[in-house]
Amino acid sequence: MTRYWQLFRDSAFLYRFKRDKVAIVSFAVLVILVMLSFCAPLIAPFDPYDPTQIDIMDSDIPPVWQAEGDPRFRLGTDAQGRDMLSTMLYGTRISIIIGLFAVLLQSLLGIALGLVAGYFGGRIDSFLMRLADIQLSFSTLMVAIVVLAVFQASFGTELYNELAIFMLIMVIGIAEWPQYARTVRASVLAEKKKEYVDAVRVIGLHPRRIMFRHILPNTLSPILVISTVQVANAIMSEAALSFLGLGMPVNKPSLGSLINSGFEYILSGSWWITTFPALLLVVLVLVINLLGDWMRDVLNPKLYKD
Amino acid sequence: MALLEVRNLEVRFPLRGGELTALRDLSFSLNQGERLGIVGESGAGKSVAAFAILNLVSRPGYISAGSVLFEGRDLASLAPEQLRSIRGNRIAMIFQDPMMTLNPVLTIGTQMVECLQAHREISDKEAREIAVSKLRSVSIPAPAARMDQYPHELSGGMRQRVVIAIALLTEPSVIIADEPTTALDVTIQAEIMELLLELCENNNVALLLITHDLGVVSQVTQRTIVMYAGRIVEEGATRSIIDNPWHPYTHGLIDALPERTHRGQRLNQIPGMMPSLSAIPEGCAFHPRCEHMTELCQTQIPGYTLRDERRVACHWVEKQGESR
Amino acid sequence: MIAFLVRRIGQALVVMFIISLLSFSIQDNLGDPLRELVGQSVSEAERQKMRDSMGLNDPFITQYWRFLKKAVQGDLGNSYFFKRPALEVILEKLPATLELVIGATLIILILSVPIGVYCAINPRSWFTKVMMGISIVGISIPVFLTAIMLIYVFSIWLGWLPSFGRGETVTVAGWETGFLTTDGLLHLILPSIALSSIMLPLFIRLIRSEMMEVLEQDYIRFAWAKGLHRKRIWFIHALKNTLLPVITVGGVQIGTMIAYTILTETVFQWPGMGFLFLEAVNRVDTPLIIAYLIIVGLIFVITNTVVDLIYGLVNPTVKLARGHT
Repeated sequence: MTRYWQLFRDSAFLYRFKRDKVAIVSFAVLVILVMLSFCAPLIAPFDPYDPTQIDIMDSDIPPVWQAEGDPRFRLGTDAQGRDMLSTMLYGTRISIIIGLFAVLLQSLLGIALGLVAGYFGGRIDSFLMRLADIQLSFSTLMVAIVVLAVFQASFGTELYNELAIFMLIMVIGIAEWPQYARTVRASVLAEKKKEYVDAVRVIGLHPRRIMFRHILPNTLSPILVISTVQVANAIMSEAALSFLGLGMPVNKPSLGSLINSGFEYILSGSWWITTFPALLLVVLVLVINLLGDWMRDVLNPKLYKD
Repeated sequence: MALLEVRNLEVRFPLRGGELTALRDLSFSLNQGERLGIVGESGAGKSVAAFAILNLVSRPGYISAGSVLFEGRDLASLAPEQLRSIRGNRIAMIFQDPMMTLNPVLTIGTQMVECLQAHREISDKEAREIAVSKLRSVSIPAPAARMDQYPHELSGGMRQRVVIAIALLTEPSVIIADEPTTALDVTIQAEIMELLLELCENNNVALLLITHDLGVVSQVTQRTIVMYAGRIVEEGATRSIIDNPWHPYTHGLIDALPERTHRGQRLNQIPGMMPSLSAIPEGCAFHPRCEHMTELCQTQIPGYTLRDERRVACHWVEKQGESR
Repeated sequence: MIAFLVRRIGQALVVMFIISLLSFSIQDNLGDPLRELVGQSVSEAERQKMRDSMGLNDPFITQYWRFLKKAVQGDLGNSYFFKRPALEVILEKLPATLELVIGATLIILILSVPIGVYCAINPRSWFTKVMMGISIVGISIPVFLTAIMLIYVFSIWLGWLPSFGRGETVTVAGWETGFLTTDGLLHLILPSIALSSIMLPLFIRLIRSEMMEVLEQDYIRFAWAKGLHRKRIWFIHALKNTLLPVITVGGVQIGTMIAYTILTETVFQWPGMGFLFLEAVNRVDTPLIIAYLIIVGLIFVITNTVVDLIYGLVNPTVKLARGHT
């Protein structure tokens, strides 16, 4: 463990990180957002999931610096009387959880299928890659909208609301596997061509173990880069789905559903219900994208391209 | 006056944490119709020299000092449009790998006609006629049919013939050939080299041949420059260099030629490796591999010793000359 | 060419088969046709009898075959809400969505190529740095947020542009178009910008990075050595090679674009297919949902084939007969 830490400390990765202001600021903002949202139950002034803490009489209060502001609600309240700040902290946590778990699912599925396709080749490979082509051309968001719409229509809103978070993770997670599968497959194919694979076979050993021991480290940096950008994409997809009313329900809102709930009131002047969660969402996605971009430059992996 | 004269040319590459000098103090001249070879191992700066002449050093590299005089004009400081009228027109270039040199999405015809039209007011029809005749002159079968083909439909050898035909299109006075046969099959290397030699002789074109192969140089060129770690270490008539190399590095190169090795004997190799440009040793860059190395070699870069129309950069040779 | 088309049509049939199977299972699971017909008051025995006579108790394959035969004839059932053939309802909304997509595609094409090329040629200029900064912010703002922002700024705040609906339209040869009226065009501006807002920065970045890679290639250096004009090098030699991977990505992005139309149409209440689809989902209007899926599936298949054809025509190393996917 200490040896790895030593390696990391002396690496070009860290050296370049320390010299890049954008990367440092993005990383800092991301860490702060993650910390704040995961400590939401500890630091949020209210619990937006607790109906006893919500009073409909407090609805539509503007932020504290405006004339009708209320010092209890620093960023104002939404149409149901929930404290914006608390709801946003909880909402960010939901958005980040969905993003992380969806990407975890994507990467596991994609890496496994990519290994299978690359290692076995032949029919399995061409079947999986054709499937990946079709899957990609349909786009995650489209597939997710259709699946969630059908699911919601067939099971009813009530049951759907309870299962929403799992459904979102499943749908976003399953729909994006081709990205990983293609990258992993490409490096398996590259590894297969190398001489040691033949050499190992000649001395009568099975090359599988050694190959995989080589492949996974080789694909680590492209997977890292893909994953970063994918977390941002997953959060965006979740927000879009919630905005369409196919994602998180109003009583357990993510950033997307908060924006959606505020959208109706933007014309009547309650701009803060939409604006604050929107800003938070953009900042969250932006810093992740900036980090992904920076990592792509530093690690310079050969990402799979058509 | 020489047709092409390179004076104290220096090329640098700014990199993270300092600059690399890929080429230092390069000076030589090339006369009308002359054939000059530049030899050295890969990484010696030969290709950089070739590209620097046409001011085509790849970014972020740049010419940091010196001049390239072509017919008396300095190419390194010429305005872009004037430089363009010389590139491909008066000085043509042949690249190493014909698989990469031709644009994959344009037909052979397009890539030839555009070159002519970039330098002359000429109709499509006339340009095509010239192009076809040049393809014929490099012995490409069915030249008219090739015009509408794409590079991927041709073999490597055929493609290099096309590249040579493109170089000849505008009847240049100088052709710079950067390892023109290295990427080809051994069986057609000699063919292409002969073709190039013949065309240069017939059209009185000066040839600057960049190669790592002393054997090729000895067959084609009249004069030879040997480069090591970005610098010229020896220059002179090809015959005299091959027969009597002065610089220990040139010596090593010649000894390593397969022809010089007797049957059953191991190939003679120069011990050690060429240093990377980021770690060029103090003093004479060759000293760690040199059998005649002295203390002086470790500290002081040798100047050029001029004798019998040859020059060499070596302390050992210099000292021998004095004692003689 | 013919072999390519045959292969492509084969693939298209497979995709449409999957969609039809999906659609049928949705119909099978979603909503009981009997309930729509007779309500709650009929006894269980009578229901069974009606089921038998309607073929609802037939094996899955038989039912699916019946569904398929009707679907091929364009009969996807009546919309529960509109009480009219679902296909007819969807097709009425098709022009609105297509015009929105055309508007956004035009914006993307007209802006992304010149900006991307400029940024690749001048990587150190201030304009490039500004564009790269804007574009990463651009891809980080969800489409629906851009849409809301546009409405807020240009409709509510400045009052320059309309924000809801298609405005005045005229019908030309059965196609209801907003292209031919000033009002229609004004209504198209904000939705088109919103729809292109993520794709545009994505394509600028893609074109820039592909072009920068191409500019490093030997054949570009050779083009310089040939003494060609720089415009010819950039716009003929480099751009053509740059566009090949961009076309491929463009094909993949069509699906995303259709998904974004749902979002854009929702925010702008644009009377297109996406808006209709979301309404149908909320009303559990199964035939309409199915009709939408089938039309969207057809659009995917057609556009992907066209993109492949264009790719084959631009790239001489692809023989259309052999195909490449």
